[in-house]
Amino acid sequence: MIMSEHTILFVLGAFLFSAGLFIVFTKRNAIMILLGIELMLNAANLNLIVFNRQNPTSYEGQFFALFIILVAVCEAAVGIAIILKAYHYYYTSVPDQINDLKEKN
Amino acid sequence: MNPGTLTLYIFVLAAVASVMVMLITRTVFYAALSLIVCLISVAGIYALLSAEFLAITQLVIYAGGVLVLILFGIMLTNRIAGKPLLTESHHVVKSAIISIGMFLIIIISYQKTSFNQGDPVPAQGNHINNIGIELMSTYVAPFETGGIMLLVCLIGAALMASSFKKNDHV
Repeated sequence: MIMSEHTILFVLGAFLFSAGLFIVFTKRNAIMILLGIELMLNAANLNLIVFNRQNPTSYEGQFFALFIILVAVCEAAVGIAIILKAYHYYYTSVPDQINDLKEKN
Repeated sequence: MNPGTLTLYIFVLAAVASVMVMLITRTVFYAALSLIVCLISVAGIYALLSAEFLAITQLVIYAGGVLVLILFGIMLTNRIAGKPLLTESHHVVKSAIISIGMFLIIIISYQKTSFNQGDPVPAQGNHINNIGIELMSTYVAPFETGGIMLLVCLIGAALMASSFKKNDHV
């Protein structure tokens, strides 16, 4: 039995989500964690677009994906700003080493 | 196999390969470049799934904006240390178990769900025209809210990353 296009795209979405989860869990750098979150949001968008094909007369899935992209942009901008600010204080971008709330003297 | 399906498979393979590079590599810069390849492949898949507006948005915002921002961040956190920004992995086995379990859960739940069968007929008319009309009529409230959120996030990020206070640390 040959798999249909939608099945392959669904498996791709699940794979992207799992890979993003794995990157968030394993990588120790904060920028890698941001990349993993982007990957997971992208997998969600892919699934929304694929499921929108089941009901092609409406555009609900596409609009949902559009607003997810909007939120992802905000998250990336604020995340990069926080990482840069933390880097200026602690001289590292590894979250494990940022373990005190007070400024270093 | 018609050319559309073949192109779709090529995009899927490119996305999977670039994600594998992201999983394996230790250099953060290479991971960001692989993420660009993955996002462009997914944009191609959007275009083949008759979501052209989403494809263009993905190309412009992700590949043009977010990834440039992330590369900028990598270079700024790389400059003072003076060596390539490497990352290490920890808790690999536990994370692999959780991730593969998540993958299997999604796949099993997909197999147990019944969808309406058969390829649906594509919607007639111009998709981008319809999306523009719906965005300004049905979805105008989330659209404007999203605009306000973008403005707030822009001001917040600029305030947070800038050094407007005079002290020794900044």
